Amino acid sequence: MLDQTRQSLPARAGVGYKPQHFSAILADAGAVGWLEIHAENYMGEGGRPLAQLRHLAERFPISVHGVGLSIGGEDRLDRDHLLRLKHLCGWLEPASFSEHLAWSTHDGAYLNDLLPLPYTSATLARVADHIDEVQAIVGRRMLLENPSTYVAFAETTMGEVEFLAELARRTGCGLLLDVNNVYVSGINQNADPQAYLDAFPLDLVGEIHLGGHDEDCDDLGQRLLIDSHGVEVVDPVWALYSRVIAKGGPRPTLIEWDNDVPDWTILAAEADRAARLLEPAG
Amino acid sequence: MTEAAFARALLDPEAALPAGIIDPMGRPAPKRFSVYRNNVASSLTRALEAAFPTVRKLVGEEFFGAMAVVFLRAHPPRSRMLMLYGDDMPGFLEGFQPVAHLGYLPDVARLDQAMRQSYHAADSTPLSGSEFQHLVNEDIGGCRLSLAPALRVVRSSWPIQSIWAANADGGPAPRPGSETALVLRPDFDPRPHRLSEGGGALIQGLLDGATLGQSLEAAEGPVDLPAVLSLLISGKAIIGVSA
Repeated sequence: MLDQTRQSLPARAGVGYKPQHFSAILADAGAVGWLEIHAENYMGEGGRPLAQLRHLAERFPISVHGVGLSIGGEDRLDRDHLLRLKHLCGWLEPASFSEHLAWSTHDGAYLNDLLPLPYTSATLARVADHIDEVQAIVGRRMLLENPSTYVAFAETTMGEVEFLAELARRTGCGLLLDVNNVYVSGINQNADPQAYLDAFPLDLVGEIHLGGHDEDCDDLGQRLLIDSHGVEVVDPVWALYSRVIAKGGPRPTLIEWDNDVPDWTILAAEADRAARLLEPAG
Repeated sequence: MTEAAFARALLDPEAALPAGIIDPMGRPAPKRFSVYRNNVASSLTRALEAAFPTVRKLVGEEFFGAMAVVFLRAHPPRSRMLMLYGDDMPGFLEGFQPVAHLGYLPDVARLDQAMRQSYHAADSTPLSGSEFQHLVNEDIGGCRLSLAPALRVVRSSWPIQSIWAANADGGPAPRPGSETALVLRPDFDPRPHRLSEGGGALIQGLLDGATLGQSLEAAEGPVDLPAVLSLLISGKAIIGVSA
């Protein structure tokens, strides 16, 4: 296997791996220098998914991106799930491991969505404990991703950037900056995405995500963006991204496309666009 | 806001919006909340569509989508391993009035589920035909066989393997009668094979750790042993023999 033990991704473009692209990637990966997988899809015992992953890991640095830990939730972390994650990271030795500032499980029911939480000193303490537990059990530093949100909470007392930065300070975790999420949440929360990015601690960013979103409107006709990962990245997000890497330097940058997954050529073209922006910054 | 109220409202469209969920101006935000509700329903529906392709084909996409929402609200996943979501589907179908006339549907769901479990099961190294011959030379009846972890048996009083084949491959129309489906995964793609009732009982005996001789005796019906063994060998499903 490729030496994945450097425990960091190259500052190049990557894509979220989809099995239908397996042959195309091995034939010509284009500008794609690394791949990201959703951890939960590779927690089976064997068969094609793991065989493909072993092949890919010989050629590409791999980022393991969890979607099911429910780090932001009130429930205790699921011990079995943590051990499955430890097992995956153990044999694969991925270049990076990341999860979300969100919850997805309540009272044992897994809701399969990245749900929002209020930002308060109580939730901060809880999430920090969860991150400590994850890092202790998986045995490595994790990156925590900023969410896309559609609602606000009356009880919130802290800003999201302040919340994330404090989590990183308390736990030593790094951050995964999803620029599309910043844009989506900014529009949805009547906040300026650029001001969010100006305040973001870019030195802690180990990876950047870019993805597409859909447009809708809320009960009062306000613009409401939905983080769909089913279309191209929009120009305003590319513009924010350019300013992020101009200020913070090049970072491993992922194109996420999880729904209505296109042909490889379309996904590769999105990755190429990120790669061309990364080069002059490097 | 309590997480319990949020979670309850996600799965129950009649439930009130959880308190303290607002828009950026501090106003109640039901449509914004419904984005999460829709995400939960649509993402879990997609997982069920992937898990039960034959059931979906039999009842139609539209009906399956509506039924999936009823199912997922009553039986949300208990594990984050969505690849195996739907354990409760066969039992749910047994009691779901709108499909009561499709008596075979629960067993078809069991077969879909067995195919999916097989797809994700552990890899194993099979014995070749000649290795197998060599090992069983002495006393074939006294042998115990270790079978591949990807092997599954689904016994039914309906012609489930024929129903599966008719929907997956455009096979001939199924004829009434009971069938046992033996799911084998020679490499990465599982496939169900039709077994007689006796053949199914034989495999079940082997899975339970009985010898070939004991399993044959317990099968209580005609079993074409050479045919079953050759199916297991060609399906790379025999991974060990012990006396």
